[in-house]
Amino acid sequence: MTTPSTTRAAGYNFAYLDEQTKRSIRRTILKAMAVPGYQAPFGSREMPLPYGWGTGGIQATAAIIGPDDVLKVIDQGADDTTNAVSIRRFFALTAGVRTTERTPEASIIQTRHRIPETKLAAGQIVVLQVPMPEPMRRLEPRETETRKMHALAEYGLMHVKLYEDIAHLGKISTAYDYPVKVNGRYVMAPSPIPKFDNPKLDMSPALQIFAAGREKRIYCLPPYTEVKSLDFDDHPFEIEQWDKACALCGATDSFLDEVIADDAGTRVYVCSDSDHCAERRAAGHIGATPDALAETP
Amino acid sequence: MIDDLPDPLMRVTGLTKLYGRYVGCRDVSFALWPGEVLCVVGESGSGKTTLLNCLSGQLPLTAGKVEYDTRIDGVVDLATLSEAARRLLRRTDWGVVHQNPRDGLRMAVSAGANVGERLMAVGERHYGRIRGEALDWLGRVEIDGGRIDDLPATFSGGMQQRLQIARNLVTRPRLVFMDEPTGGLDVSVQARLLDLMRTLVTELSLSAVIVTHDLAVARLLAHRLMVMYRGEVVETGLTDQVLDDPHHAYTQLLVASILQP
Repeated sequence: MTTPSTTRAAGYNFAYLDEQTKRSIRRTILKAMAVPGYQAPFGSREMPLPYGWGTGGIQATAAIIGPDDVLKVIDQGADDTTNAVSIRRFFALTAGVRTTERTPEASIIQTRHRIPETKLAAGQIVVLQVPMPEPMRRLEPRETETRKMHALAEYGLMHVKLYEDIAHLGKISTAYDYPVKVNGRYVMAPSPIPKFDNPKLDMSPALQIFAAGREKRIYCLPPYTEVKSLDFDDHPFEIEQWDKACALCGATDSFLDEVIADDAGTRVYVCSDSDHCAERRAAGHIGATPDALAETP
Repeated sequence: MIDDLPDPLMRVTGLTKLYGRYVGCRDVSFALWPGEVLCVVGESGSGKTTLLNCLSGQLPLTAGKVEYDTRIDGVVDLATLSEAARRLLRRTDWGVVHQNPRDGLRMAVSAGANVGERLMAVGERHYGRIRGEALDWLGRVEIDGGRIDDLPATFSGGMQQRLQIARNLVTRPRLVFMDEPTGGLDVSVQARLLDLMRTLVTELSLSAVIVTHDLAVARLLAHRLMVMYRGEVVETGLTDQVLDDPHHAYTQLLVASILQP
């Protein structure tokens, strides 16, 4: 379901940002790719959307997008949420590019809080929106100190956070933004993706760009980079598991959202990745209650 | 006789620290032997803390040098070490105990995590072992093991100070720097802390440089005493010798100022 390119809105440069800004952001991306996991500072611009809605991601996308690209935007896995629709429309309008909801057809996927379930291919680029690029910020508020810790690879503090989880809750309870070590060197915040998606970062054939607009940082995972989630020897890293299957498509291997289906409070579990779910249903997979969400407007 | 002496753990030669036109400390020289406790006494502004920060590599020197006998590389001049090596030294072979425990503790994480942090920083990745070690150390500084998951903010001042000591000693350092460790504690808690420190220092054969203005602390803990006045060392010697027979006018004043109950 790829929407053909539209004519660009008059009065805007291609993809909204001016050419010099896009060049500077591309230089930062190249620098960040050269040192995987390193937070490269960049001159973040004001964008026509509020901080926290993807100002970093939208700038990275604007910097790398070309007329031949096909753009997919997802928010929490879904293509049809307000933020995803707005950003997709923004680039259709200012860059006149084709947009899509289908993961394999996209060349650039801008995303917030999820990585698509469909395996990514070489040549695709994932742009993740990042609210807080510094994984140690909660424990060490000084930026000068965290930079030094990154420079000297002093990462004991990250395990203090995991230790606290186990001490208080008996297991590592960090469920999203789960810290990872990139290429055996830099510890990186993978943005608030569920830890379910952490294994997808490892050795991914796609280029992954993380951009934080308010914090003015870009970091990258070049294709086929080793990404290891931090853990303890006696408390190894684990991903979430559900004892339910998706109510719509019956998938048991995808990240499930709990949704209230009607006024009686009936709860169903459905795939968070709307494209993945739709593809499966189109291929004939049927869940236990395929009409569970039919009533929702 | 002389040949039997081991090499000093730390040797300081002509240490000078100037803040622009002002003198932090000037021309301080001494050697510290393994297992020795050295107290630096003097009034406020006499350069005690400046000296301590210079020794622990947290302030660059204006002149002079500080040599330390590291476990692996032998005697090194601290100024020649890279920052990474200095920081590693500071969290493995050294301990730094601050006057205000809030400066030395992480107030946002539990007591156990505070003690375990150094272990994790040097690569321990086994939760069970870290926790066991933390429990052991809480016991040694007389903190109830049941409070291992409590935040330090819920501890009393004396407990926080003891927690800070445990946090520093967990990597078995050979040298500990303490800046007014008993400041701000009431007298009975002070006495208990001093008692604990004396036990630990003997048990672990720690060397320590303790900065204090409290001569009672010095009398109890120190083997040797160094009296500072206006940035310079005016008198040095065995603790009892200095306190019982002070030579310098300032030391005499200091000793005479002790309140007799």
